[in-house]
Amino acid sequence: MFDLVGFIPRAVVQSIPLLLGCTGETISEKAGSLNLGIPGVMYVGAISGVIGSFLYEQSCGGEVSTLPAILIPLCCCLLGSLLMGLLFSFLTVTLRVNQNVTGLAMTTFGIGFGNFFGGSLIKLTGSEVPSIALSATSRVFSKSLPFANDLGWFGKIFLSYGFLTYVAVIIAIIAGFVLKRTRTGLHLRAVGENPATADAAGIPVNKYKYLSVCIGCMIAGLGGLYYVMDYASGVWSNDAFGDRGWLAIALVIFTIWRPNVAIFASILFGGLYIFYLFIPSSSMATKELYKMLPYVVTIIVLVLTSMRNKRESQPPEALGLPYFREER
Amino acid sequence: MENRVAAVSMQGISKSFGTIQANYNVDLNIYRGEILSLLGENGSGKTTLMNMLAGIYYPDEGQIFIDGKPAAIHSPKEAFSYGIGMIHQHFKLVDVFTAAENIVLGTIAKGKLDMAKATAKIRTICETYGFDVDPEQKIYNMSVSQKQTVEIVKVLYRGADILILDEPTAVLTPQETDKLFAVLRNMRNDGKAVVIITHKLHEVEAISDRVAILRKGQFIGELITKNTDAQEMTNMMVGHEVKLNIDRPEPVDPRPKIEVDGLTVRSSDGILKLDDVSFTANAGEILGIAGISGSGQKELLEAIAGLQGVESGTIRYVNDDGSREELVGKDPLEIAAMGVSLSFVPEDRLGMGLVGSMDLTDNMMLRSFRRGKSLFTDRKTPRELAEKVVDELEVSTPSVNTPVRRLSGGNVQKVLVGREIASAPTVLLSAYVVRGLDINSSYMIYDLINRQKKNGVAVIYVGEDLDVLLELCDRILVLCGGKVSGVLDGKTAEKRQVGLLMTQLGGGEPVEQ
Repeated sequence: MFDLVGFIPRAVVQSIPLLLGCTGETISEKAGSLNLGIPGVMYVGAISGVIGSFLYEQSCGGEVSTLPAILIPLCCCLLGSLLMGLLFSFLTVTLRVNQNVTGLAMTTFGIGFGNFFGGSLIKLTGSEVPSIALSATSRVFSKSLPFANDLGWFGKIFLSYGFLTYVAVIIAIIAGFVLKRTRTGLHLRAVGENPATADAAGIPVNKYKYLSVCIGCMIAGLGGLYYVMDYASGVWSNDAFGDRGWLAIALVIFTIWRPNVAIFASILFGGLYIFYLFIPSSSMATKELYKMLPYVVTIIVLVLTSMRNKRESQPPEALGLPYFREER
Repeated sequence: MENRVAAVSMQGISKSFGTIQANYNVDLNIYRGEILSLLGENGSGKTTLMNMLAGIYYPDEGQIFIDGKPAAIHSPKEAFSYGIGMIHQHFKLVDVFTAAENIVLGTIAKGKLDMAKATAKIRTICETYGFDVDPEQKIYNMSVSQKQTVEIVKVLYRGADILILDEPTAVLTPQETDKLFAVLRNMRNDGKAVVIITHKLHEVEAISDRVAILRKGQFIGELITKNTDAQEMTNMMVGHEVKLNIDRPEPVDPRPKIEVDGLTVRSSDGILKLDDVSFTANAGEILGIAGISGSGQKELLEAIAGLQGVESGTIRYVNDDGSREELVGKDPLEIAAMGVSLSFVPEDRLGMGLVGSMDLTDNMMLRSFRRGKSLFTDRKTPRELAEKVVDELEVSTPSVNTPVRRLSGGNVQKVLVGREIASAPTVLLSAYVVRGLDINSSYMIYDLINRQKKNGVAVIYVGEDLDVLLELCDRILVLCGGKVSGVLDGKTAEKRQVGLLMTQLGGGEPVEQ
């Protein structure tokens, strides 16, 4: 018997970093910036939060109070990701550097940045294992509603998560609404589809591009923070975050640039990610095969999406292209 | 007449791009309740001048006055706040948005986006001036003239009372042009100031009250339209006398050269582009092809050139000895190897004809690099050819080592046509070769094409200017929605007749692309 009640919550916690990364990338792509630096941004977001909370925990000797324990890592994470966003938009919007090259460089940089400071902190603590545990902060982040356990399967499936989970879902819903229904969203999409048109219509193209990249990066950075503080119970070890950033980018195409679809799609991906744990009596070899699932599905989905020829399902037309008004 | 206050007055305007002086010390007045034509050759700075009103560019020198008050227009948004709206030559529309979404784009109103209210306002505007637009329709489903209408509604929606139209008729059929002009007259009578940028003299005569002429970035003068004629305007525009008739030498010994029979072509997404097309193109004759853009002209030429897959039908090339060879199923290289020479001037010049980042010599080499047995390519002959083309066609370029991307549109075209003709073809396929070219360059190209005709080349000429098609071509084949709706004799055909064939197939519905 497949343990659905056990499976769904685990799929959900897997999905949240993907969802945040995907929402952030969608916002950025809708305004025409293909930010392949997202995996790096998520690393930077995570390590920034870790540094903040590490210093806080050190300073108060493990006796943390709730509000600063949340706010300090949160602000550090947002600041770190924002700086990455500013770097990306300065390079690609102001200097009009190739977006792919910039993004890949930022991913390499972000991962190196995370591992470097992660390693330094591990050295500082003089720990035996190659990781730092921020269990006090993590307890605050992963605290679920007190009555969740009394509600049986309902509580388990819907209420057993830390607050960042709900924040991620709310952000995705808001992002979907803003993109689809508001004036700001219309302008942002116009910038991504046809910046010359947007410019002629009086929309400040560069401002929208900067904003979308920076906000996108901050949202994606939260995904990194969630991973360390909630999913990994406050344990940072180098390279543990893995390739979730790339899955998040693939998810953007899978969801046809719609954050509200991403909520379900990311849970699906999260489920595939841990599916092998729920297959009873499987050998090591078959387990490895099951671990391939998210990637196989990604490839299939990319093939399928590229075959759709409905105009609305296509990427933003100016995706990846720099815009220069006086180009002749 | 001159004591009224100008809606817009531009004084001493100069603008340069790098070393190129696009406008120099231009004075121009625009009045309400009047249609002004801004006439000039390509590269004379008409569009640049108007872009400075629209806030796309900012003048280097000079002052703009709106209703007598000095104004600085730094951005399109500020242009709107002065009531200036420009309809660009290349439509500034977002394809995946609906008409209404495009129209409200960039409007400053605060608060929630109320599409229902916006749609209602759009419908009101449409009724006032007689536009035919469905606000809910997506742009990519629209025909060119519908898109243009959306552009016009867009500026009106924003309350513009100074309208600038950049070559609005370039993509329209005569009937659509008439409709547009009627709308423009409605707007003039409504007290709006209308500027239309054009290089077509008959349009200037048909629509405008006043005409201002630019040449090489400088203001040459202005005329009251009803007191002038085409010859005077041309002379002012070009700077010297130009003969306004296109030669049409009698075809010499026309023999069939290309026989197309039952040609049917589908695009990659399964849309029928050509439907049972049959015709014969004769050597020593110019066969014109007319049609609304997207009626299958591109596919037809590409099918003959071997670039387009064919669903059914045959294309036969007739050798000098009368034997026939099938072209369908051969790739472009094979067609060339057979001794069949097809010179192709694609619709999208820089996309298919030339490589923008390569210089003139290298672009000439694209035709010749396979020749010779040496390991190294021959650069000398292409260089000589490039120099010859530059010389004979008066291409204005710093040198043959300049990337073609840096040349202006007209010069790019001359390079392309020059190269194609230099390969001494027996069949010359040309599409829109004079698109956007000024009078001087256009006539030079017509002359080149006529010379090919005299040499016994079968010329297939796809054009959009019906006046030219009627004057240049011996026969005109009209395409409508991928079908041949008629073949007319160039000497006797009338413009209206061609226009009707372009839009209707046996009295049926107009076919949209």
